[in-house]
Amino acid sequence: MGSETQHESGMSRRDLLAMVGMAAGSAAMYQAMTSLGLAGESTYRGSPNLTGAPKGTSVLILGAGLAGLTAAYELRKAGYKVSILEFNERPGGRNWSIRGGDKITELGGETQTCGFAKGHYFNPGPWRIPYNHHAVIDYCRQLGVALEPFACLNHNAYFHSTNAFGGKPQRIREIDADLRGHVSDLLSKSAQQDKLDESISKEDKEVLLAALKNWGGLDNENRYTKSAAAASLRGYDRYPGGGLAGPSAPSEPMKLQDLLKSGLWRNLNNFFQFEHQNTMLQPVGGMDMIGKGFAKQLGGLIRYNAKVTEIKQDERGVTVTYVDQKAKGTPKQVKADWCVCTIPASILSQIPTTVSPKMKAAIDAVPYVTSVKVGLQFKRRFWEEDEMIYGGISSTNLPINTISYPSDNFGSKGPGVLLGAYQIVQANSFALASMSAPERIAFALENGSKIHPQYKKEFDNGVAVSWHRVPFTLGCGGMWNPTTRKEHYNNICQIDGRMVLAGEHVSYVNWWQEGAILSALDAITRLHERIVKAKA
Amino acid sequence: MIHSSFSRRALAIGLLVLPLSLSAALAQDGKPTIGPPGFAFAPKTGADLYATVCQGCHMPGGKGAVGAGMYPALTNNKNLEAGAYPVHVVVNGLRGMPPFRAMLNDEQVATVVNYIRTNFGNTYTDAVTADDVKLARSAN
Repeated sequence: MGSETQHESGMSRRDLLAMVGMAAGSAAMYQAMTSLGLAGESTYRGSPNLTGAPKGTSVLILGAGLAGLTAAYELRKAGYKVSILEFNERPGGRNWSIRGGDKITELGGETQTCGFAKGHYFNPGPWRIPYNHHAVIDYCRQLGVALEPFACLNHNAYFHSTNAFGGKPQRIREIDADLRGHVSDLLSKSAQQDKLDESISKEDKEVLLAALKNWGGLDNENRYTKSAAAASLRGYDRYPGGGLAGPSAPSEPMKLQDLLKSGLWRNLNNFFQFEHQNTMLQPVGGMDMIGKGFAKQLGGLIRYNAKVTEIKQDERGVTVTYVDQKAKGTPKQVKADWCVCTIPASILSQIPTTVSPKMKAAIDAVPYVTSVKVGLQFKRRFWEEDEMIYGGISSTNLPINTISYPSDNFGSKGPGVLLGAYQIVQANSFALASMSAPERIAFALENGSKIHPQYKKEFDNGVAVSWHRVPFTLGCGGMWNPTTRKEHYNNICQIDGRMVLAGEHVSYVNWWQEGAILSALDAITRLHERIVKAKA
Repeated sequence: MIHSSFSRRALAIGLLVLPLSLSAALAQDGKPTIGPPGFAFAPKTGADLYATVCQGCHMPGGKGAVGAGMYPALTNNKNLEAGAYPVHVVVNGLRGMPPFRAMLNDEQVATVVNYIRTNFGNTYTDAVTADDVKLARSAN
């Protein structure tokens, strides 16, 4: 599902790594890093070419999230008889968008009815696609799901800290330019005073000075000052006008000491991490267009509202018992030759299932992460009209962490929907998850108004999703650490009798849709080989 | 209804000789408490710890919940009889439940376990201690 880095309060994969380090010893950091996919690239090599499926062989797929849908789509293409059981009354699972009129009932029974205007939505789960997540993008291509840019880095959005600059939000552009400028200035000084002679040759020194001048926006004396060069990066006090309006006036850089003390520079690198770099993408009209795109292809193969209560298997096949959540009544059964189970481990661990002790131990070894997101609709797009912020993300040390502005309908006159809070993994995510939905929304409003004073006047309505209270996942994603990865991961990937597991929790790309799809492709490719071999 | 719940409460307070801190916990409602950024939970009382750390899943009043999977109710829960068990679960996690070893200190784990074991219809008054939590930490 991805995570966001904000200030020292924020949560990112790097913070998660810090936590892993704290819990398991920092020597394990590199292993954790690779296991989180930070050091890797998507292993997607195109849709698999599964040939020679024995005629009439059936595969039952549990769960119609992206893993289950991918498995169904590819296995049917390969000639298998495919059917899917899904708990929700819609496809997609965590691939989910909330729109006006939608009812969301969390565990505990609290129901929200979304009041968003037509054409607006909120993605409570995955919300952006990295350019390097080749599988997600390729399936969008195959399914005809239109993609558009998701503005991630917006130089005109804010970094905010209650402990810096009197609590006044700073434009990202200024933090970025001033960090570069001051670092270049210092390094230039060192080079000019021949303090770098052990590191670089005389010829290289000249090039380095030129590079620093260029990259840092330094003046002709290689200093970072209030100058045209600095203003070309950090912006102007007065932008050059037309006619008699006058020439530009440069802005004053912040002092190095103030910049360092503010800590706001910590937020910058988030946007340069591999998975957050430009260009990020989003499906036009909501992330759930992907799940819907798959479901359109799969026609009537998905049985919705089916709560799986038992999974049995023997040497001949798999029998799955489920209860229809709408009709209730007596449990029903589906039989198949093979099974691909994409039910989250948090839930599968509670379902009586015929599996080996090793597989059972692996299923029981995956805790699920907490996460809370709040979507807020405002009557007008004040972030665009008043503050010239078009898409992108503001980061704050306030316990909302994140404000993300919509990347569509720029300049439209009607309302707009913001991501008004995003807490994940850290202690405060549990506190938010424990609040009622109206409390979470009020909390997002109260905190967000410290960055955007327009909040209270312009607020219209909101929805809040606490992933630990989402009935079909009990959390936003599976969490591995180096110890559990070593002990159980290989086991959870195995074909156990006639069943194989898939989902983001059976991947090294945890919490991302890419992980779900890659996991499904790996699982069905191995399952297909097994089936073909068994028949031969 | 009012009468019966009142008398049940009076009975509980009258018959069980609770340590002072526990009876104080009974008297207050906890609140989800926002703390400083990071992984460490801030609350110190049992009620506030429960409301901040546990109630997101186990629900207000320890009612539990059922969806595709479930969160066990903590009300009248026999699994709480041996204090070491809930201590172990809070420290090390259980299945989908995350471990809290890195997020709660020994005192906080003991406090919240004691709160749960003496609320929600549970009357296990043999309080666990920070030393019990240390044991659970080393067991895994």
